[in-house]
Amino acid sequence: MKSTINILRKELREMFTRSTILPVIVIAILLVAMGNMLSGAEEQATSAPVIGLVIEDDGILAYVAFDTIFDHSVLVYNGTDVEEGLSAVTEYDGTALLRISSSFTGDILSGSPGMISIYWVMRGAGLMDSISSSAVNAVLWHVDRAISLHLIEMNASVDAGLALAPTIRSDMTIFGDKEMDGVSPGELSVVLSAQSFMVPVVIMMLIMAAGGTVISSMGMEKENKTLETLLTLPVRRSSIVTGKLVAGALIGLVMAAIYMVGFNYYMSAFSGSSAIDLEEFDLVLSPIDYVLVGLSLFITLIAALSMCMVVGTFARNYKSAQTLTMSITFLAMVPMFIVIFKDFSTLPLAGQIVLFAIPFSHPMMAMRALMFDDYGLVLGGIGYVTVFAIVMIGITVWIFRTDRLLVGRIDRKALSRRWDLTSMIRPKG
Amino acid sequence: MDRTTDDADSESLALVVSDLVKDYGESRALKGISFSVKRGEVFGLIGPNGAGKTTALRIVSTILQITSGSVSIFGVDISRRPHDARKMLSYLPEDAGAYRNLTGEEYLRFIARFFAEDNEGVSEIVSKGVEIADLGDRMRDKVDTYSKGMTRRLLVARALMIGPKIAVLDELTSGLDVLNAQEIRKIVKETSRRGTTILLSSHNMLEVELMCDRIALINDGRIVELGTPRELKDRHGADNIEEVFTEVVS
Repeated sequence: MKSTINILRKELREMFTRSTILPVIVIAILLVAMGNMLSGAEEQATSAPVIGLVIEDDGILAYVAFDTIFDHSVLVYNGTDVEEGLSAVTEYDGTALLRISSSFTGDILSGSPGMISIYWVMRGAGLMDSISSSAVNAVLWHVDRAISLHLIEMNASVDAGLALAPTIRSDMTIFGDKEMDGVSPGELSVVLSAQSFMVPVVIMMLIMAAGGTVISSMGMEKENKTLETLLTLPVRRSSIVTGKLVAGALIGLVMAAIYMVGFNYYMSAFSGSSAIDLEEFDLVLSPIDYVLVGLSLFITLIAALSMCMVVGTFARNYKSAQTLTMSITFLAMVPMFIVIFKDFSTLPLAGQIVLFAIPFSHPMMAMRALMFDDYGLVLGGIGYVTVFAIVMIGITVWIFRTDRLLVGRIDRKALSRRWDLTSMIRPKG
Repeated sequence: MDRTTDDADSESLALVVSDLVKDYGESRALKGISFSVKRGEVFGLIGPNGAGKTTALRIVSTILQITSGSVSIFGVDISRRPHDARKMLSYLPEDAGAYRNLTGEEYLRFIARFFAEDNEGVSEIVSKGVEIADLGDRMRDKVDTYSKGMTRRLLVARALMIGPKIAVLDELTSGLDVLNAQEIRKIVKETSRRGTTILLSSHNMLEVELMCDRIALINDGRIVELGTPRELKDRHGADNIEEVFTEVVS
């Protein structure tokens, strides 16, 4: 028994390490964050929607509809001008403008459904950005029900089918400068979900795999005791860093291609039955857009790998490299989840700052942003990630010139010697 | 140090270490050591564990920074021109390894490419390495399959095949059996005769006595004795270097 306890103690010390605990803690934190996001979305879905109303009809059923809408929503506009209504809805962060046509009451009483036109003001194409539209759908359900009851009470001479479903709707989704007639945000989200989901996941996997390769390479150099020899060879530190970065990038691109093919087949199963033709609404990428997406991806890959190199210098061996890889993986998972569920524009300011600051976010957002002509976000992202990559490469080369790689710390006195004026104008190997 | 002084030093001395200090945080590993090594000389650094031998060798090999003091190799200040210094030196760490996914020959070829101008030069260096390693057909096997002794032979070959101006060898025969160790010592001596300066450290006092022209005994970050094996033995009335070591260190 004593021996068993002794072994048990040893095993627990071996197994219960930071590398075991850290992933669990980070996943728990991510789950809490996602839970908060989802509960926020649920709240949004069940709370009264902010809408505008344009009533062109002065018939009794239009008044019934107005009363119902008034009771079940936060009305920010009640008038007769669609443009004014849309401005008000946009100003108050509303979801939609409802327009009740001038022939609404007459149509229903004469046996045809009354038309309610919905102008959706869509702010994001993330999976959770269309949730607020369900609240508007609920209001319309109440309108239908109220009109049905009114028709029954007044013994209107309409057939049963019309009495139960007295209205029809037409959707127009307005997203940025694009107006998509006949499309609801939900339908659009379903179509966009393929790229909403695929792009962030593939990029996360790419960063995880390529980054892991680079960090492991550093860990292996230390574990196999090859690093000291490498550092004494007549090769510039920048060449060592470049060699490792480019190798990581090439492996990453091969992995990305493989993931893309697999994922594309997987996602086509979901989007194959889509009724919306994205080309019809100019929601396709131009060749220049593809170049920008590729550039964003390439720069981010370099930034990610150089960041991994910095992290990799902390690796003592292969095992610790695996632990360090997780930190990069989690950093890639945060923007992945955010981008899947929300658009940059629909995030609160703090969220936008966090998302923008994480370099991995930018290629995840690029395709969707370009689809909706948000070139500022993409170009700004490319600029930021380029600066980030340059800084990271600089830090990596600097670390390679210090004692950090071999002894895990930097000799500050030696550093001040190296940064005198004479040494600054000479190459440091 | 200007280039004129560099040139003057390079004519007589292979290595000059002046008042070398190395700190690791609050701990001072080297407390101002000074010594010089002549061209073609085999110079040994001996001392107990933690005395500062490996730190000194790592600094000379340009992979650790100098806290204060200076080191020059053939007149080249290694702090100012580390890249130039690396072209002249070869370092064999005590517990070095080789890339496990490469064969012995591929590993030598990888190293040779940093030193040769063309493919012919690479082949020449590799042939020399294969000869020094003397591993026969096993050179075509992956390093992963090598024993500790075979790996050490490969690494010694790697360090010497390029014909460095100065070879820094930390625990040269670490992991080798008596016969292999003897053979490696012969190769190193032969390399030295061809003009390569050797700076080595060892715990094996017999090895040091057999190989070194001069010895520095380092203890607690300071050089406490320096001279030829004969001088040291005479100075302490000892029969061998091990006795000198024991007396000085204790």
